[in-house]
Amino acid sequence: MAPIDSPLTLSLALLACWAVVGAAGLLRPHSVALVGRVLFPLGAIVGVGLAIVAALSLTEPVEHATLHIGLPDLPMHVRLDNLSRVFLALLGSASAGVSLFAAGYFRKGEGTAPGVMGLQYHLFLASMGFVLVADDAYAFMVAWETMALTSYFLVTAQHGIPEIRSAGFLYLLMAHVGAIAILLSFGILQGGTWLFSFDAMRESTLSTPWATAAFLLALFGFGAKAGLLPLHVWLPEAHPAAPSPVSALMSGVMLKTAIYGVLRVTFDLIGDPLWWWGLIPLALGLATAIFGVVFAAVQTDMKRLLAYSSVENIGVLFTGIGLAIVFHGVGMTELAALALVAVLYHSINHAFMKSLLFLGTGAVLHATGERNLGRLGGLIHRMPWAAWLTLVGVLAIAGLPPLNGFVSEWLLLQTFLFSHEVPQPFVNMLLPLGAAIVALAAALAGYVMVKFFGIVFLGQPRESSLAVAHDVDGFEKAGLVWLAIGCVLLGLLPNQVIHALGAATEQLVGAAPNLAGQSWWMLAPLTERDVSYAPLVLLAVIVAVVAATFLIVRIVYRRPVRRAPTWDCGFGRLDPRMQDTAEGFGQPIRHIFVSFFEMERDLPSPHDQAPRYRVKVSDRFWKGVYLPIAALLARAANSVAWLQQGRISVYLTYSFITLVLLLAVML
Amino acid sequence: MSAVAWLTQFLEVLAALVLAPLFLGWVNACRAWLQNRRAPSVLLPYHGIRKLFHKDAVIAEGASPLFRLAPYIVFGAMVAAAAVIPSMGTGLPFRSAADAIALVGLLAIARVFMSLAAMDIGTAFGTLGARREMMIGFLAEPALLMVIFVASLLSATTALPLIAERLVVQPLALYPSLAFTAVAFTMVLLAENARIPVDNPATHLELTMIHEAMLLEYSARHLALMEWAAALKLFNYACIGFALFVPWGASIGETGIGALALSIPALLAKLAVAGLWLALLETVSAKLRVFRAPEFMATAFMFAVLGLLVHLLLGA
Repeated sequence: MAPIDSPLTLSLALLACWAVVGAAGLLRPHSVALVGRVLFPLGAIVGVGLAIVAALSLTEPVEHATLHIGLPDLPMHVRLDNLSRVFLALLGSASAGVSLFAAGYFRKGEGTAPGVMGLQYHLFLASMGFVLVADDAYAFMVAWETMALTSYFLVTAQHGIPEIRSAGFLYLLMAHVGAIAILLSFGILQGGTWLFSFDAMRESTLSTPWATAAFLLALFGFGAKAGLLPLHVWLPEAHPAAPSPVSALMSGVMLKTAIYGVLRVTFDLIGDPLWWWGLIPLALGLATAIFGVVFAAVQTDMKRLLAYSSVENIGVLFTGIGLAIVFHGVGMTELAALALVAVLYHSINHAFMKSLLFLGTGAVLHATGERNLGRLGGLIHRMPWAAWLTLVGVLAIAGLPPLNGFVSEWLLLQTFLFSHEVPQPFVNMLLPLGAAIVALAAALAGYVMVKFFGIVFLGQPRESSLAVAHDVDGFEKAGLVWLAIGCVLLGLLPNQVIHALGAATEQLVGAAPNLAGQSWWMLAPLTERDVSYAPLVLLAVIVAVVAATFLIVRIVYRRPVRRAPTWDCGFGRLDPRMQDTAEGFGQPIRHIFVSFFEMERDLPSPHDQAPRYRVKVSDRFWKGVYLPIAALLARAANSVAWLQQGRISVYLTYSFITLVLLLAVML
Repeated sequence: MSAVAWLTQFLEVLAALVLAPLFLGWVNACRAWLQNRRAPSVLLPYHGIRKLFHKDAVIAEGASPLFRLAPYIVFGAMVAAAAVIPSMGTGLPFRSAADAIALVGLLAIARVFMSLAAMDIGTAFGTLGARREMMIGFLAEPALLMVIFVASLLSATTALPLIAERLVVQPLALYPSLAFTAVAFTMVLLAENARIPVDNPATHLELTMIHEAMLLEYSARHLALMEWAAALKLFNYACIGFALFVPWGASIGETGIGALALSIPALLAKLAVAGLWLALLETVSAKLRVFRAPEFMATAFMFAVLGLLVHLLLGA
């Protein structure tokens, strides 16, 4: 057993604290004061503690422990290594901001009682933490399933609404299909020893076909959780259905447990992945990235837009993982380490920026009761705090320097620039083209984010009811500020972050980016290439130029600013409906990427007196993949259904036949 | 870093600020000559900017602080970009702050803020311009990145001054990959700077305008900054082109004051030729419909990818 003050014990204790904090809500389940003002802030403090414990222990050796809880004679193994620590730090720090926001967010009369919600929420957090420290298949699956179930209940918090119930069902279904694949993968990984501890899996050697099967099953299982194409369909349904802090946690943190799972299985449990395995996540990742961002651009519901944007980011992460596997497989370990650093960095970045954006939509949702982009607008005047803090997340996720999204994108692109050195014919020519797709996805992300921010917060209010929108309150503001500061710091201090992440890549691929002898403010992770990026200097220059310009303009041309009505070209009827709607803003994307969509369009005739234009854009995967599978299942179920005759005599006959058969077998 | 390096850095930014409107005026004058019109003075952009600075600013009633902040950020991003582009010398103290990918990011900052500001008032033109600008942007950015990738594969770095340096010190050779990417880069330059065939800087016709539609609500000093930033953008793109394809003439590495002095006429000569070339291209091509623009940009992207493939196949 680990000593009482070891990081592992502390982490487990903090996870238990989350469970206790959650359970405390049951004392007075309907009290918003207790749950909101006391328990959620406590949960945030626990999160900060977890992040600190995990981050400070990054250089320490691996710790093991055995927990005798749960079933007798089936102890749970836990282990704290650098990969777990990185993801625990992510979980703790990002969830702290979400919990702070949630403290001000949940109120009475919104579906599930606040106390019950608090329990589900904190159990969700604790189970995600336990997934990250689990060291045998049993503990992992228990934590994984707890995570899926608690988040299912959170998604269906407002279960009175039929759409939310069906979104919840879809989520639960996909989670379980994925879980089965993960379980099967563990079944292969134990390699005939029938020992399900991860240590046994590390030691067992598998033949190539079996190892490949284990990898593919893990990719399928974790891909279903992450939203990898074509398993992404639950994401845009479940994320909008959940309350905003829950969407933030699911998108920002829970998807990252799937990334953790893929990394754990590939680089740790299997240990020596073959290079060509990497091409599968690479290709799927690139497809997912483009698909996600193109769909994000045509959404009209702000939370669905963000959900599709998460699909895109998952695609980028899997691209990085694929690249890391390829590099690792061909023996270019330093580049593999760099690709993994990009993946881990982007995981953390995405946790912060996507949580920030989802919480921003939560603030808008509470202030206006509206999720439809077509009925929002101009909120920067009514909600300046929410707007400006959301803008930080928008700029970050659009990949603009000097914020954090740019750093991970930069690292990934730099890694791609080496991919032509992979000693495999054809592959080395195709891989660099991936950089073009990543660049396209990143540029499209900018489009999506301008659409999101511009339509929600800028322009004229599209509905008169928006005039009474109120800004975020204290706790909500604190949560948003926490996440925005995270986005800024992660962007400005990349060297420190990469140094920490290097500890994890050292464990996974045996190499870390070489940062020795470099200035603390400058990022130059490639020793053989003379490239660098110094966000602090860049920021200083931009700020200096902006300030100098401002002062010079002010001093030299001190002319007053006059406010006047907007110029209406002399027509005198300028109204909010003349602005682009969300559909309008997405129209170029629909036009350019027309083959991506399943589109139904009703165009009015030119002589129509009351013309109505209607367009419905849907996901091709529903029609192409899911509906055929559902139809197949229904047919199979129907063909078995004749067994069910509904008459007692028939069922008695079945029992009799079964008995006779069993007797025949036994005798 | 030597004093000359800092002097180069200072002169470069100063040159960008001062020469950008002149370059724009030169392109416009050349265009007028080629089209048999009487050319306006090459100094006209300066007059325009000066006039705007002396006016009272009028701002629409629904404008948010973002609207007033945006011109300064757009201008700041463009000046910062000018500081990393080796237009006169490659030994820039600031070169370690941002490589070519970060440079693309800087240009993206300007684009995003300009589009957001255009959406801020909530007029039909503003959002239309923002939507089209972002459309051109997302098509042009990957093409530009691919161009930079090819150059960085040739020179094993993504830092623009180093790319220029290594191209100069290598023995003079014709790189087929660079030829393809030069075509791609020219197309990106035309599209990103709102020139014909993608946009027409001289029109306010609503069906076709992109860049001008975004600036309709601006006046006085804010408009002056936006106009100056647009001129800077054109200047920056031209200088990126010089660094990637014709880096000769710029002072290389840590050099003395003599090389720096020589680089000024070299830059002026290159700008003069580039302006003429740009005007010629604009004169011989026709304005495309907005929805032809994606095809135009896709062609640019394909040229850049071709350049990449050529480089990987031939190693040159």
